[in-house]
Amino acid sequence: METVLFILFGAIAVCGAIMVVTRKHPMASALYLILTLFAVAALFVLRQAHFLAAVQVIVYAGAVVVLFVFVIMLINVPESRLPVERATTTRVLGVLAAGVFILESAVLARRFWMPKGPAAEVGTVETMGRALFTDYLLAFEITSVLLLAAVIGAIALAKRKI
Amino acid sequence: MTGPLFDITVAVARIAVFFAFCFGLVVVMTWVERKGAAYIQDRRGPNRADIFGIRAWGLFHPLADALKFLFKEDFIPDNAHRLFYQMAPMFSLAPAILAIAVIPFGPDVTVMGRKVALQIADLNVGILYLFAVSGMTVYGVVLAGWASGSKYPLLGGLRSSAQMLSYEVSMGLSLIGIFMVFESVRMSQIVAGQGGLLFGVLPKWGVFVQPLGFILFLVAQYAEANRTPFDLPEGESELVAGYHTEYGSFKFSMFMMAEYLHMVVGAAVVATLFFGGWQVPYLGDAGFLLPGGSAVAVPPAFVLLLRIGAFVSKVVFFAWLYVWIRWTIPRFRYDQVMRLGWKVMLPLSLLNIFATGLILLLLKK
Repeated sequence: METVLFILFGAIAVCGAIMVVTRKHPMASALYLILTLFAVAALFVLRQAHFLAAVQVIVYAGAVVVLFVFVIMLINVPESRLPVERATTTRVLGVLAAGVFILESAVLARRFWMPKGPAAEVGTVETMGRALFTDYLLAFEITSVLLLAAVIGAIALAKRKI
Repeated sequence: MTGPLFDITVAVARIAVFFAFCFGLVVVMTWVERKGAAYIQDRRGPNRADIFGIRAWGLFHPLADALKFLFKEDFIPDNAHRLFYQMAPMFSLAPAILAIAVIPFGPDVTVMGRKVALQIADLNVGILYLFAVSGMTVYGVVLAGWASGSKYPLLGGLRSSAQMLSYEVSMGLSLIGIFMVFESVRMSQIVAGQGGLLFGVLPKWGVFVQPLGFILFLVAQYAEANRTPFDLPEGESELVAGYHTEYGSFKFSMFMMAEYLHMVVGAAVVATLFFGGWQVPYLGDAGFLLPGGSAVAVPPAFVLLLRIGAFVSKVVFFAWLYVWIRWTIPRFRYDQVMRLGWKVMLPLSLLNIFATGLILLLLKK
């Protein structure tokens, strides 16, 4: 059952990701990105990482992609004036990179195909919270300071006169 | 019945019953909204639709509306992006439906010797799931505004995306206090935690332990649901009908259903987190245990009925509160909405977290 679900959601995630880069219209790309994020969240749930799955949807699908969509709406380029990508070098490089990635994942998949047995209960809210606020407290706090600095930096860059 | 068959039957039955309850309430709410508006503005409200001459205070109007929406021409404006235009109402309605899954409608009941929770899914992440799902609502509005290919909807969509992102922050932060007090994000455990008493008299409901959190959450929820005084994405006096200006027939009706379903689910969430969910004050499994020390025995079946009844009446009250507030308070200006969200709600919710932590720490010592 778990394998079937894994293959199903994995396929959705991969197809969605391919659609994100191949769609011409940015809004279509953004919507496929949401689909991919949801499929990856489902994969997290399959490995009992409930907290990670929820946060993935809240932060990425619920906030980051909303900002993408916001920008697409603000710029609002008519379909007829969307730029045509002609650069062949980028395409060749893209195909090469994709080939390397596929080879790499094939090698990895041969060694670690699927974790055996039921996943441990490490991804619940309780265990995640305990780990974050005991063993990894310093890293957690430093990350939050880093994020704060990024927020302030973004405001400083966007607003010349504060 | 054997194990798996029993589980499937229970799952399907729960989904069917809770959906029917929520959608039933949605239908009634469309009537309550218009009758309530009429009552508050000293009018009569809808009272013409009848079946064989029976008018029943306009109760048949939702039925007439549904038929009208079904049989109207399904129109797509020339300027619209056809696919996105048609997807938008689905994006609006689906999150509202998904949110029903984690709401506990009553205590565990025993059916044929097995315990059955009156909740579709008691997730470990509980409220986080609710946030994840309600975060998706914004796509319906934004996509509708953008795909309509018209100015007013675009303005409505832009307004809503900024507004919903802003209030999602304080909505999440306003609940941290509740998590801290009840030491869980699981809906069932939060409800169970509200069964006790404070100082031996007050029921230990979320609203009594987190009064500021309650007000912040309620305000943020109104902003998330795009209801007055935060209905700027619709703003009929400025934007015709905002993001759904270009929608007609059943697609418009889907937006309406989504809005009312948000109200119903929102009311259920407020009742669950801040008003004890299915808990009835002083009612234990065996009967009432009043603060004075006197006890009244109540048969178990009646206890169950009382509890489900309590939950339903709380939901109905908060659904009515949406209507009440809509016809009482005028709409904010857009800069006021943003200032309230970032400069008032956000600092207050942070303060609430800090104060709650401090009090919990002092109580533990």
